[in-house]
Amino acid sequence: MVELHRVSKRFGAVQALDEVSLTIDSGDVVAMLGPNGAGKTTAISVMLGTRRPTSGAARLFGLDPRDVRARSRIGVMLQESGVPGMLRVKEIVSLFASYYPQPLKTAEAIEIAGLSEKSSSLIKDLSGGQRQRLYLALAVCGDPDVLFLDEPTVGMDVEGRRRFLQEVGEFAARERTVVLTTHYLEEADQLAKRVIVVDRGHVIADATPASIKARVAGKRIAFTSTTPLTAADLEGLPLLSSQVADGHVRLLTNQPEAVLRELFRRGVDMQSLEVAGADLEEAFLAMTRHGNER
Amino acid sequence: MREVAAPMRTAPIAPMVAKQAWAEYIKLFRVPAFSTTSIVLPTMFFAFIGLGQSRQPLFHGAHVTFGEYFLASMALYGVANVMVLGFGISLANERGQKQDLLMQSTPLPAAVFFVAKSLSALAIALIALLVLCVFAAVVGGVELTANQWWTLAYRAMLCSIPFIGLGFALGYLAGPNSAPAVTNLIYLPTAFASGLFFPLNFLPQFLQNIAPYLPLYRGAQLVWDAVGAPISGGSLTNDWLDMGAYTVAFFLLALWAYRRDQGRKFN
Repeated sequence: MVELHRVSKRFGAVQALDEVSLTIDSGDVVAMLGPNGAGKTTAISVMLGTRRPTSGAARLFGLDPRDVRARSRIGVMLQESGVPGMLRVKEIVSLFASYYPQPLKTAEAIEIAGLSEKSSSLIKDLSGGQRQRLYLALAVCGDPDVLFLDEPTVGMDVEGRRRFLQEVGEFAARERTVVLTTHYLEEADQLAKRVIVVDRGHVIADATPASIKARVAGKRIAFTSTTPLTAADLEGLPLLSSQVADGHVRLLTNQPEAVLRELFRRGVDMQSLEVAGADLEEAFLAMTRHGNER
Repeated sequence: MREVAAPMRTAPIAPMVAKQAWAEYIKLFRVPAFSTTSIVLPTMFFAFIGLGQSRQPLFHGAHVTFGEYFLASMALYGVANVMVLGFGISLANERGQKQDLLMQSTPLPAAVFFVAKSLSALAIALIALLVLCVFAAVVGGVELTANQWWTLAYRAMLCSIPFIGLGFALGYLAGPNSAPAVTNLIYLPTAFASGLFFPLNFLPQFLQNIAPYLPLYRGAQLVWDAVGAPISGGSLTNDWLDMGAYTVAFFLLALWAYRRDQGRKFN
């Protein structure tokens, strides 16, 4: 359904994608994971035909992604896209539905997105989370075979994110294909059957969520220090990565207890100490072994 | 490559155009800053400048009244105003809010979008024109024959078409913040220099020299002729041809500006 064949994309000096090949089949629910700037959005843009690859080719249903016939079978949620504030929710959903050959009923699309109460509101009066829901309604209103969601839950609180993903999951259960990008591991875990990890323009892993998670186990230790940290303070500790900037210290490790014990023993001044599960961005830094470069 | 057996259908174009045009229309209409200035401004100018001397001859010995001259002027000013200012500014704003980003990945053809936007602007221009005409007839006491009213209306509407192209071009060339200033800076002096506010022979000589090259001046000949106001040289056929040339030129400029914008954003 969706194919990238040796796609490379350059923006000036930046190699956003480097010879990426992948195939997404009908019914797949795929999460593209990676730190910011990894190339996820670029990959989606190439799949959609809104950006041309520098080399290689993208195919949607075997067609050029710019082909109206291909576009008529997809639904899209993009980061930072705008919609006219002076239209009402049901007006714009009904408008977008008219772009597609076999659209859902307007009310149904709005209901899938959980926005029924706001159906008659002007778009400008929606909150950030409601606006994301509107984008979901616009993405599903054409009853698409493939749904592309680029960082769909940005700016949502935890509860909003959970409900949103549940709604996407319900749509996916209608034997639809979903491609979403995220940097939240939980999102991929909740929704996807397949996770593609992208880093620095390369696909570095393509597997089930469970096996990806096993690779990014680790804890984050964060604290601030009033006395400047020296290299000797961290020397010999079992760290996967470390970041020190302006007295803010972030360490990633598989052995948090041992690291903390040693830091206390060395008399390192620690304030606002936090120990938490690694977020994905840090975990990827460790996973791709270039954490110390930053 | 696996071929997909599902039907490869696309949506019918006509309902898409109708819905898009309606959406563009209410979008414009619900912004008071746009709808009031576009619809009321020409009538307001007529009230402020034209009312007091509406029944007086345009100049000594003329059989055309100032009211008739100024009605025709404001008719043209009003419809072109909708295209250049309303259009240019709203398009620049939409680009500023990245509304084009999402549209770009829907199956909506770009041509449908442009046709719909043009239709909506034509509708607003028509409303502005009707409000002005009713005001001029009822309050201003301007008396025209049925044929003159009709000729004025269709010529004004036709003359607005090249400015659709200009509005599009400005909308794609100007940034959202600079658009109001840029469009006003271009439009207001041109309207003045074309003799829309004061007959050309009251203006300084250098403006009289420039005027014949301005599209609003060419359009003005056509609407002034509709109300029987004197034509300052040249045949109407030439004015029509000039308007046609401006239409082609402005739409080519708009196409270039559009491509330039798309190339920046989507490559």
